Formats: sequence, C-alpha cells, structure tokens
Amino acid sequence: MSENSIALIFACPLFGAVLCTFLGGAKRALCHPVAVVSLGGALWGGIETLRRVVASESHEISYLLGGWTLDSYPRGVGIEFRADLLGTLIMLVVIGVAFLVALYSKLTVSEETPEKEGPFYTLFLLQVTGLAGICLTGDAFNLYVLIEVAALTGYGLIAMGSARAAAATFNYVILGTIGASFYLLGVGYLYMKTGTLNMVGIQEVIVQQDLADSATMQVAFVFIGLGILIKMAFFPFHAWLPNAYSHAPTSTSCLLAPLVTKVMIYVMIRMTLTVFGVDFSFEETLWTKLLPWLVVVAIVCAATMALAQRDLKKMLTYLIVAEVGYMVGGVWIYNYYGLVGSIFHVISDACMTLCLFLGAGIILRKVGTSHFDGLKGLFRRMPLTMTGFFVGGFSIIGLPPTCGFFSKWYLITGGMLAERWEYVVALLFSTMVMVVLFFRLIERIHLAVKESGEEFGHGHGDLDLPENETRFDEAPLSMLIPLLLSAAVVLLIGIYNQDVVNLVESFLEPLNLPKGTDR
Amino acid sequence: MEVIQDTRPLIALLAPFVGVVGIVWAGEKRANLRETITLLTGIFQASVVLSMIPLVLADNVIEFHVWQIFTNVPLLLRVDGFGITFAAVASVLWIATSLYSIGYMRGLHEHAQTRFYTFFAISMSATMGVAFSANLLTIYFFYEMLSVSTFPLVTHMQNKEARTGGRTYLSYLLFTSLCLLLPALSWCYVWLDGGAVTMDFLADTGKISFFSSHTQLVLLLLFTFGFAKAGLMPVHSWLPNAMVAPTPVSALLHAVAVVKVGVFCVIRVYSDVFGIDLLRGLDGERIMIWIACATILISSLIALSQDNLKRRLAFSTIGQLGYVVLGATLATKQGMGGAVLHIAMHACGKITLFFCAGAIFVASGKKYVSQLRGLGRKMPFTMGAFLIGSLSVIGLPPLGGFISKWYLALGALDGGYFWVVVVLLVSSMLNVFYLLPVAVTAFFRDRDEEEDEDGKGMKEAPWQCVIPLTCTALGCFGLFFFSDVLLQLAGLGH
Amino acid sequence: MFGEDGGLLRELLVERFNYCIYVVLLLIGLYAMIAKNNLIKKLIGMSIFQTAIILFYVSLGVKEGASIPIYKPEHDPHGHHAEDHADHKPKDANASSSASADAHDDHHEVQALTDEQTRQYANPLPHVLMLTAIVVGVATLGVALAVVQRIYRAYGTIEEDEVMKAIMEESQGIPSTKGSPKSKKGASKKRKAKKA
Repeated sequence: MSENSIALIFACPLFGAVLCTFLGGAKRALCHPVAVVSLGGALWGGIETLRRVVASESHEISYLLGGWTLDSYPRGVGIEFRADLLGTLIMLVVIGVAFLVALYSKLTVSEETPEKEGPFYTLFLLQVTGLAGICLTGDAFNLYVLIEVAALTGYGLIAMGSARAAAATFNYVILGTIGASFYLLGVGYLYMKTGTLNMVGIQEVIVQQDLADSATMQVAFVFIGLGILIKMAFFPFHAWLPNAYSHAPTSTSCLLAPLVTKVMIYVMIRMTLTVFGVDFSFEETLWTKLLPWLVVVAIVCAATMALAQRDLKKMLTYLIVAEVGYMVGGVWIYNYYGLVGSIFHVISDACMTLCLFLGAGIILRKVGTSHFDGLKGLFRRMPLTMTGFFVGGFSIIGLPPTCGFFSKWYLITGGMLAERWEYVVALLFSTMVMVVLFFRLIERIHLAVKESGEEFGHGHGDLDLPENETRFDEAPLSMLIPLLLSAAVVLLIGIYNQDVVNLVESFLEPLNLPKGTDR
Repeated sequence: MEVIQDTRPLIALLAPFVGVVGIVWAGEKRANLRETITLLTGIFQASVVLSMIPLVLADNVIEFHVWQIFTNVPLLLRVDGFGITFAAVASVLWIATSLYSIGYMRGLHEHAQTRFYTFFAISMSATMGVAFSANLLTIYFFYEMLSVSTFPLVTHMQNKEARTGGRTYLSYLLFTSLCLLLPALSWCYVWLDGGAVTMDFLADTGKISFFSSHTQLVLLLLFTFGFAKAGLMPVHSWLPNAMVAPTPVSALLHAVAVVKVGVFCVIRVYSDVFGIDLLRGLDGERIMIWIACATILISSLIALSQDNLKRRLAFSTIGQLGYVVLGATLATKQGMGGAVLHIAMHACGKITLFFCAGAIFVASGKKYVSQLRGLGRKMPFTMGAFLIGSLSVIGLPPLGGFISKWYLALGALDGGYFWVVVVLLVSSMLNVFYLLPVAVTAFFRDRDEEEDEDGKGMKEAPWQCVIPLTCTALGCFGLFFFSDVLLQLAGLGH
Repeated sequence: MFGEDGGLLRELLVERFNYCIYVVLLLIGLYAMIAKNNLIKKLIGMSIFQTAIILFYVSLGVKEGASIPIYKPEHDPHGHHAEDHADHKPKDANASSSASADAHDDHHEVQALTDEQTRQYANPLPHVLMLTAIVVGVATLGVALAVVQRIYRAYGTIEEDEVMKAIMEESQGIPSTKGSPKSKKGASKKRKAKKA
C-alpha cells in the first residue's frame, strides 16, 4: 500500500468523483460523506508520500504510470510522477485545504446550490485531483493538461453561483485559456529545442547541450512565464480573479481562493528552478531585473485596491492578488532566503487565506451579506468564529507567532540580502495597508460603535443593538470546526515553522542560490 | 554568573492564561468568583516572580527554553536583574490594580467586564514575556502580543471616542513595530552569516559593530522609534489617545506595563545589543540624548496646559519615559542603572496618581483639574495619596522618585553632559508646576456655591479603590527606604 | 539556428512560413478574445487561438518525405515480418520466438530502430499531444458555451456591454441585503418575465 501512496492521492478523489456523479440523482445526501472520505484517503496518501520522500536518500521518489521506463535519452517517454520535497509539501497543502473545505461545505452546498450536490462534489474532487496532480507531475505537457483540468472544473464550480458569478466566469474562461495556451506554446518551443517533455530530461538537455544562449529558449521562457503569470492573477492580469471568487458559492471560493493562485506560484518556482534551471532563469533572462519592479507595482496597486473595497469577500480577493505579488517577488529577487520565504509563503498563505474565507463564508451565511456594514458587533454573537477569523487576519498582517509572520520575515530578509530595497519597502507598505484593513474590520466586529457619539467616560451599559443581534449565536459545528482547525494550522505552522523551513531548505540547498551573506 | 534551568519564568508567563480560563468560565453571572480568580492569579504570579529574586541576587540567571523559532534563534526566557525588576514591579502592581478594578468597574457599572479582565490578564502575560525575553525575537513576539491584547481594553467604551483613540493607538504601535522594528530585526538577523547570530542579549552584545557607524546609527534610530511604546517624541501621541480606556487600564498598562515595556526594550537594545562601550563610541548617540531631552521638556510644557486630569498625567508619563530613555542614552553604568530604577520608581508614583484620578471619577464623576476645588476635604485619603504620588514623581526625598533621578544626574555627570543635569532640574521644576496645583486646588481652594449643590452626597471612593491607592502611595516611601535590593538588581549595588 | 544566407524576409517567408501562419492566427484569435463585444465571437476567437497553437505543434512534427508514424512492416519489432527482410539489422536468432514472457527474452525481442530508420517517420509525439489539446479545447469551449447560455438566461443578452450594464444596475438597485440565492433567482425570473 505504501509504495502506491502517490497513486492513492489521485485514485481516491477520482473514484470519489465518479461515485458522486452516480449518487447525484437519488442519493444526494451521500455525496458529502463520499467526498470527505475520499479526501481523507488522499490525505493519508499525501502524508505517507511526504514521509517516504523525507525518508528517501535523494528526497524524491518517482512513480511511473503504466509500466513505462525512463531509460531512453533524452528522458521523456512515459508519464512520470515525481514527488520531491517541494511538490510534496504543496500537494499536502492542497489536499489538507480541500479536506477542511469538504468538511465545511456540507451546509453551504445544500443551501446555496440546492439539489446540485452530485455535480458540485464531482467537480470539487476533480479540481483537487487536478491541483494535486500539478504538484506531482514530472512532465511539462502533463502539467498543461492538469492545469486545464483544474481550470475547467474551477469554471464549473464558480458558475454554479449566481448569474453574476456566471458573467465573472466568462472572463475567467477567456483569460484562463489565454494563460494556459501561452504555457502550451512555451512548452512547444521547449520541446522543439530539447526534444523531451520530461522536466528532469529538459533540465539535463539544457545543461548538456548548453542551450542557455538560445533564442528559442528565451521565447519558451517568456511564453511559459507569461502564461503562468496570467493564471496566477499577477497584478496587471488579475482582472478575472476578484469577481470570480467573490461571487462564487461559498465552498467554491473557500477551495479555489487559497489554492489556485498558490499552485500556479508553485508551477513558476518549478519551472524556473528545476526545468529551466537556476542559471538560465536568473542569469540569462531579463526577468531578474524587471520583475521585482513589476512586483512593487503589483503589491502597491493591489493593496490600494483592497483598501477601497467595502465588501469583505471582494477585499479578500484583492489581498490574494497582493500576496501573489509577495511570492513572485520572493522568487525573482534571486536570493536563497527570498525563495525560502516564497515557498513558505505559498504554504502559509494557503492556510491563512483558507481561514479568512471560511470565516467570511460563515459571516455571509449568518448575516446574509458580506458587506462591511453587516459586520457590526459580530464578536458578541459568535466569539469563537470571530477569533478564528482574527487569527487569519493577524497572519495576513504578519503578527507573530502566526505563520504569516515567518514567511514575511524570510521575504524581508531575502529582499535585504539581495539588496532589493524597493521590494522591502513595498512589503512594508502592504503590511501597513493590511493593518488598516484588518483593524478596520476588527473595529466593526468588536466595537459596534454607537453613532450617537457619547461623551468619553459614560459609555456604560449595553449597546444599542437590537436584542436578536447581541444574542449568542455561534456558527454550526460543521462550519465552526474546520474554521478553528484552519486557525490552529495557521498557528501550528508558525510555531513549527522551523520543521517546514528545513524541508524547504533541503530542497533548495543543492541549487546553489546566492545567499547574499558573503559580503 | 551561573545559569539555572527552571520552569518558573514560564509559569509566571502562563499563569494569567490559566486565569483567563477561569475568568471566562465564571463569566458575568458569577462576578465575585471571576474577580477572586483574577486576584488569585495576580497573587500567584507575583509570588512566583518574587521567589526568583533571591536566586538572581545571588548572581544567577534563570533560563527556560520554550521552542526553537529559527535554527539558531530559540524562544528563550531568561531572568536577569533588569528583567526581574520590571517583572516584579508589574506583577505586584497588578494585584493592586485587580483590587482597584473591582471597585472601579462595579462603581461605574461598566459593561463587558469579563472581556476586560480577560484581556487584562493576557496583557500581563505579554508583559512578563517581555521582561523575561532572552533575545530580540522573543521580545518582539511579546511586544506585538501586548499591542494587540491591549486594543480591546483601550476601546472598552465602544463609543466614537474609543474608536478614534483605538485607531491612533494601534496605528502608531503597529506601524512603528512592523515598519521600523521588523526591518531592523531582519537586518540584525542577517548581519553576519545567518548562522552566527542568535540575537541573544548575552551572546551578541556589541556584534553590531560589524556594521559601519552610519548603519549603526540608522539601526539605533529604527530600534528606538520602532519601540514606540517608549513614547519618545514624535511617536508619542498614541499615549494620550489611549486614555479613553477605563482608568485601571490607564493606571497599570499606560503608566506601568505598556509604556515600561517600551522603555524596557529600548534599554535592552542599548545595553545588551549595542552595549555601553559601543554606544559611547557612536557619533550620533548625542542625537538620541537631544531627542530624549526635547521629549522631557516639551511633554512637560504640554502637560501644563492640559485640563483633563488623565491627559495631564499621560503627558507627564511621556516626560518621565523620556528620563528612562535619557538614562539609557547616556551610556554610562550609572545612567543605565538610573533608568532601570526609574522604571520602578515612576511606576509606583504614576500608578498612584492614576488610581486617584479614577477614584475621583468614580466618586464624583469629575475628570478636569479645574473641577477639583475643595475635593481634598471630601476625599482626604485619595487626595493625600495624590500628593504623595506627585512628590515622588517630582523627585523629592524621602520618596522613591528621588533615588532614580539622583542616579540619572550622576550618570549625566559621569558621561560629561553637564547640560543634561540642567535639563533634569528644569523639568523637575515643570513637574512641580503641573502636578502640585492639582493637589493644591483640591485641598486649599474652596468650592463654589453651585458646585456645592451637586457635591452634597459626595464621599470617599469605594474601599476597593482606596486601599490600593493608599498602598501604592506608601510604596513610594517604601521604595526610598528599601532601595538596596533594587539598586543591586539594577547593577548599582555594592 | 538561423539560416546562414538570405535576409530576414527569406527566413520568415520561406524557412519559417509555418510560424508566420500560426502567429497571424494567434493574433487574430487574441484580438477577437479581447476586443470583440459579443461573447460568442469571443469564443470563436478562443477557438482560433487554440487552433493556431495546434497548428504550431503539428508543424513541429513534420519532416519532408517522412511517412506517418506507424511502423512499416519491415521495422515492426514485434511483428512476424521482422526477420524476413534482408536489409534489416542482424539480430539474435531466437528473437522471434516470442512465446516466453521472461524478462531476459523480452530484452532480446524488442528491437530498437537505427537513426537512419527513425528518420523515415514523422515525429508522432506532437500529434499525440495535440489530440489531448484538442480534447481540452473542446471541453473549454463546451464549458464556455454553457456559461454563455447561463448569462443569456440571466441577462437576456450576449453583448458584453449590455451584460455589464445590467450588472451595474443590479448592484445599485439591490441594497446590501442581497446574498440569499432565493432573492437572486426571483430577480432573474422577473427580468425574464419582462422580456417575455
């Protein structure tokens, strides 16, 4: 069983998806347990895989489908699944997040998209399969297919919401297709030059045939990079994201918002570090010079736009765009610590975004709106929910000991060591914006200020809210427990950040990235 | 010096959290139980802290390793003389404040008292954490925890004014800590090779000399203003704004715990990151002395013009914090010692003053200095304590405030800054001008006739308020006569 | 990689004609996706865009004079004709006795083609990849059409500006107490009723 743990990661959700399709008609109620159980199986497989990867000597294990071998040169016939530390970590995050969202989704799915449990969970599980596949595949073309699998199911999941969501989905389809097609085009050029599609094979050929100064490689790099930037909603290409995620059904946005952009960041890291190789990506292209400045623009603009929002979910989506800027910057400042920060931020941002979206979903369900006005005095009604939500907010701001502090710490450290001060300043600026954003929320949730404006010192007695709005009215357990679990994960990843960072470091160590400390 | 491994620092740190569980469990329904738990927690915490003093006096440090933050930076608790001075002052005064809160909160029928006690306890835990931190990162953790956990206390009133005050409070504290302190910390973390720096106060003193002197100066400024809780101008305005909080909060947190955490951190950085020797050699170190002196004088002048009693005390606090920072910037042994002493002495004096301000408000609803005429006769204990507190803050013997000012002056002379002594004298004069009139008004000015009408039923504040403020006032005497222990802890003993 | 004689024009039009075609198609598709107002036209642009990439890939696999990538009888390593051909590379005598499933025997049985022989075939891989890409493209188109249908039902139009206008009106008309899916449905039903 243990050798096939990688297969389990895909088999469980895939099988669950098929099952959900059939159950969708008569036995709709069974879909939710099926989804939870199959994701539980996948989670077990993921943990087992991570254990095996850590235990193995080279810190990677290869899994070949259909009995193909990789003996030929260039390596590339047969579809390889390669679990190295980076991919396995992100995959585990994907499945973990999906598991929590599946737990959480029971009520929201049956309320928001009644009688569609079957299709919903089918798409949900396929989405997870696609995202987990992206993390583990060792084949550049296969990556394209899996990106599209994730995207197509994502379109479906989002469009299940209101009519407004469908309109947003259309934009997402157009931009998503452009992004994926650019990626495909880049892979074509890559294949043209190297004659293989296997990621390790491509890297081997680039090194052996010294393709670094080839114009074709540059074209391939630009197309692939551009495609991925569109897919991850990097600032000028972000237009699809806010509407799609804020109008999607609750469970959908809880699943997609933490994962899709982060997984695409992973793809970027994978492509730059292990496919094109560190030397080519950072030394031979202009991106190292150019992108940090674009990142600065991206972070500043996205943070400012988040500031202008009056709707909780909309605001959170702009935060995602800003966070994407953090991570892209962490990669392209070309520093060891920047990359550690970037990868760690992928993990921690997934957890804290999940935490926030789960909280926002509960608010939406209880209050009926996610507009800021509806938040007034919510702390009294649901202290536990709001505490979980605040933990996510503190993490986004970067307060210790949440994981957000540590990822920001590494990013700032990397920026300083690489002497990209503009990036450091942008990070600090956005941190300030986050402080304003979240304490503005906390103020509403906690204070519920009376507008009568009493004189200082006499604000005693109770608030002037109607009785039913101050009553203790906590979220249902099926939603509350995943939220609190995700808040606990945010704290635990922060507290045990050293263990995660050690794994990331043993992945990055052989790559000989500049550390910037040898001044 | 010997290092002892012991869990007592952690116990002192976690005791308030255990208390929080009890407080929440008891809730509004069982108010007596809730407040008993608060009091017991405070007494327990203080006794744990005090039990460590003999060990520290015998030239030991107590350490407890909690968890590894980074490969080479642990979350490490360490109790040394400086830390335990501050911890002891804060935890003993917490007992007094707990008792006082009961009288104050009940006297005014405040809402959400459970929340109040809960966050009060969490703040105390964070304060202990700062006092016992062994490295820069640990101190930063607890510093941020304190900023966030005091926010619900500052905004306790939940009205518009509380909202404005809370906004100013948090924006000052978080902007400075995230935008000045965090980069400075990161910078220090990578200052040599990533592996060599532990950010530990004992191990890394003076390592900062690796940087050029310009960089050192920038770091010094980043640290000093990053710890905005120290209230140095121009990042001081959060403190007057925090006065919207209920008086027990102003008393303990904004005269003792929070602001003292700020200056504590500054002293830590000056003495244990830079080190006295390095600091003396630094060209720009004079800038800090000027800023501290300017803060002292300007805030005293502003305090003169404040009619709201709590605001006047707040500006007075800013000035007194300036003394502490000044002592640290003098970069002499006696200056540092004076700064440490002043943390304790000022704490005792200022908390008395705030207790009195709160007691007056509970008993009469008055909060402006001009309204206090004739109050001394109605509330003799309160106003008597206020007089003692004032004299201690001004720095007259036989009160605690005298000793610390004495050592500050000695430190200034030692460092060769004669003009600083002049500043100290002038500011003491200003202290007299803004503090004494309060007591004078209360005792010697007669009340107007119409004021007499509404003041008919006025009497002394509830006993839960009067006892703590009497105790702290007596404490001001005590600190003068029994200052040996403090002197020794501050490194000035023989 | 560039031709050693002849200018840019020659290189573009003669040597790399296939690239020119795909770039032109790509740009047409991109233009339609971004600039067209009609949602269906956007989708047509999307299809053109994807087709351009498919053409690019297919042209990668082309070789002059090469046959389709199916084993010729004389090259088939598994086939029974293998040993009949004289021009064939010599191999082990018992290679064709493929009854044994033994791994050792397997090794002998599989016969790699020489470079010379391989050159007679077109590269099959791009074609295979494009089969998958076509499937993906069709699926995307299907989803997109379904979404357009949904938009049409809700807003009664497939012109982008009109949809945006309807959305603006909706967000202004309905105060902040939106959110419950029921009220949404009611609103869209009303709009349909009006149309009718």
